[in-house]
Amino acid sequence: MASIFQAVGAARALSSSNSFDSKKFYLTSRESVSERKGSIFVVRSDGRMNSGRVDKLVTNAVATKADSAAASTASKPGHELLLFEALREGLEEEMDRDPRVCVMGEDVGHYGGSYKVTKGLAPKYGDLRVLDTPIAENSFTGMAIGAAMTGLRPIVEGMNMGFLLLAFNQISNNCGMLHYTSGGQFTIPVVIRGPGGVGRQLGAEHSQRLESYFQSIPGIQMVACSTPYNAKGLMKAAIRSENPVILFEHVLLYNLKERIPDEEYICNLEEAEMVRPGEHITILTYSRMRYHVMQAAKTLVNKGYDPEVIDIRSLKPFDLHTIGNSVKKTHRVLIVEECMRTGGIGASLTAAISENFHDYLDAPIVCLSSQDVPTPYAGTLEEFTIVQPAQIVTAVEQLCQQ
Amino acid sequence: MSSAFSAINTVQRPPHASVSQENPSVSPLRSSLPFLGSNHKLRPNSLHKNGASIRRQSSIVAVSDVVKEKKTKSSSSLPNLLITKQEGLVLYEDMILGRAFEDMCAQMYYRGKMFGFVHLYNGQEAVSTGFIKQLKKEDCVVSTYRDHVHALSKGVPARAVMSELFGKTTGCCRGQGGSMHMFSGEHNVLGGFAFIGEGIPVATGAAFTSKYKREVLKEADCDHVTMAFFGDGTANNGQFFECLNMAALWKLPIIFVVENNMWAIGMSHLRATSDPQIYKKGPAFGMPGVHVDGMDVLKVREVAQEAVARARRGDGPTLVECETYRFRGHSLADPDELRDPAEKAHYATRDPITALKKYMIENNLVEEAELKAIEKKIDEVVEEAVEFAEASPVPVRSQLLENVFADPKGFGIAPDGRYRCEDPKFTEGTAHV
Repeated sequence: MASIFQAVGAARALSSSNSFDSKKFYLTSRESVSERKGSIFVVRSDGRMNSGRVDKLVTNAVATKADSAAASTASKPGHELLLFEALREGLEEEMDRDPRVCVMGEDVGHYGGSYKVTKGLAPKYGDLRVLDTPIAENSFTGMAIGAAMTGLRPIVEGMNMGFLLLAFNQISNNCGMLHYTSGGQFTIPVVIRGPGGVGRQLGAEHSQRLESYFQSIPGIQMVACSTPYNAKGLMKAAIRSENPVILFEHVLLYNLKERIPDEEYICNLEEAEMVRPGEHITILTYSRMRYHVMQAAKTLVNKGYDPEVIDIRSLKPFDLHTIGNSVKKTHRVLIVEECMRTGGIGASLTAAISENFHDYLDAPIVCLSSQDVPTPYAGTLEEFTIVQPAQIVTAVEQLCQQ
Repeated sequence: MSSAFSAINTVQRPPHASVSQENPSVSPLRSSLPFLGSNHKLRPNSLHKNGASIRRQSSIVAVSDVVKEKKTKSSSSLPNLLITKQEGLVLYEDMILGRAFEDMCAQMYYRGKMFGFVHLYNGQEAVSTGFIKQLKKEDCVVSTYRDHVHALSKGVPARAVMSELFGKTTGCCRGQGGSMHMFSGEHNVLGGFAFIGEGIPVATGAAFTSKYKREVLKEADCDHVTMAFFGDGTANNGQFFECLNMAALWKLPIIFVVENNMWAIGMSHLRATSDPQIYKKGPAFGMPGVHVDGMDVLKVREVAQEAVARARRGDGPTLVECETYRFRGHSLADPDELRDPAEKAHYATRDPITALKKYMIENNLVEEAELKAIEKKIDEVVEEAVEFAEASPVPVRSQLLENVFADPKGFGIAPDGRYRCEDPKFTEGTAHV
């Protein structure tokens, strides 16, 4: 029934990779979608067929040149690498570009980083620029903040994001607030990055999702990368930003392979990424759950649904433009996240969408999150705590029934 | 020249190194009265010793040693004097400014001009003046919530500090910081922190920048030092120890100044600390630990000079414990009922300002009239600061969202596709974020 195409550089605002090495993810062109429209009728509450209120759609006014240019460079060769290598490439390019950029963290120097993101940098730049710190998260994060106030641009690596709970004092009180409390006299251009999320049976303390704890801190930005392309782009953008940025990586995504452009590019910190345009439902996700969603999308497309998948990327602030346009088109929202149910990014996103786009919704917003459970060690239990593709399929089916 | 600090490498913990015992021929500012605390029964025995001989340890310095060395090199015609008239006047004026300013703060607080938590520095002026007057403009100072006088000593104008306390937009932080968050980009005052211990890592970072500039950015003449001021309560906090470790490890140009006034609100230092001699914790991390009488600005100054010189040379950090006292309560909201009146009376006799005045007059460095003139001048400065603060405008609504982000794109993209910060309502402060 539904045919699946692999298209390159199809829709506008396609900033994600267009030639993914893994054939699991397909991008359909808008043309093919409209052909298939007849196969699914989504009747809206006012009796009209799904045609969307196009008059409210605003074309993407803030797409950066860099992002849209990426689509056109897809035809150029580029080079293939893994996500952690993409992070390193971005880091290295920025360190070459600006001598004030430095890295601090545990085992970032001689060991090369526990996930090899900083491998090879210490021999190249020296022990002071790639600083191996003692195990004192609160203090070395504070040290990075002090260094940033006095002119450097440090990148703090948390060996695991969960360890940054120990740095919460410095991140909340100083990182986020000092620019304001000093009346604008000091800027804190730090980047705090590290892997988080649920891995493979790492146990509760190594499987934490700190984005929910940090999201209330005023004065910081949070972004989550999910592909080698956006990992490098976001890393570079975060380093260049004058604001403190927290970059969330995921333990299980470091070995993703993708072909990225040879030319220099950065991704916009505040923008979301359109992964797969669609008509029936908007699925908002980020980080690893993007892949669960895309896996579910395969099944959904087979069943005749047309989900629009957006990787929100910017966890704070939300890109309400991209999200809003999508909601105005599809009128149904499903949020799929790895945060806990209570107080997670999904909870905030639900509130933000309800507040801003309530009139455009045909159904309540459904948010699929992890269970409010400390991640168990046992593999079977661990699987039950996070959202699996089958649940996503079921949720979409239920939402589209309404 | 051999400096008392330079021979330190070992971690040898000295048994009962005595605290600074004054050699009467060198310093006329000695006090022969024992330290009185309401918990004097809890004091370890070593502090009871009076007139005991000074035991010189390689890492614990009795300040009179340092002073003696300087004396022998001095070419001044008055070999007994520690300062010149000019230096003395600078010290005196700075301490008078600190005292007068804090007294005015108390007045203004009770008149309802400033609010919240206000922590006054009366009695501790010798530490601020003694240390900060050794710094250049490019050197950094990091403090705690008791930071008004540190900011003043570093050069922040009194009117800017007073305005900040009144919450006016002309304050050094535009009224957004308040009493506990004094910052100055121009004078390199890096705060002002409400949580204790929070500023120590920031100070360590500023010192790291100094080292980075010298070694990575190849600014060979960069010898900026950082001073971190904090109290006895903070010396039990993890951030303190973590930073001592890192500073010593990387030989950062930082001076950790402990203003030990024996009280953390109502918690006596002796009840909170297993080993109350904080200066002894320096050698455990590989840096010199110095104890100095913090009520004597001349002694503090000597120690500060040595510590700053050490940091500028690249020899690394120093931990200095200043025995000092706050004449007022912890904050203006503190009834201060716990401290023994005898203790307060004792320290009142050791007022650093009176002591310096006495020293300068007895040694014929100044006339009383000159000091009176300084006091009058400072009174006028403080009055003017109050008038300026009174007359300054309060922040308007549009200021609310202005400094949240250095790059206001951080507020995100609104549903209409524009950045929120571009929305005119946003810059008026009436947009909802």
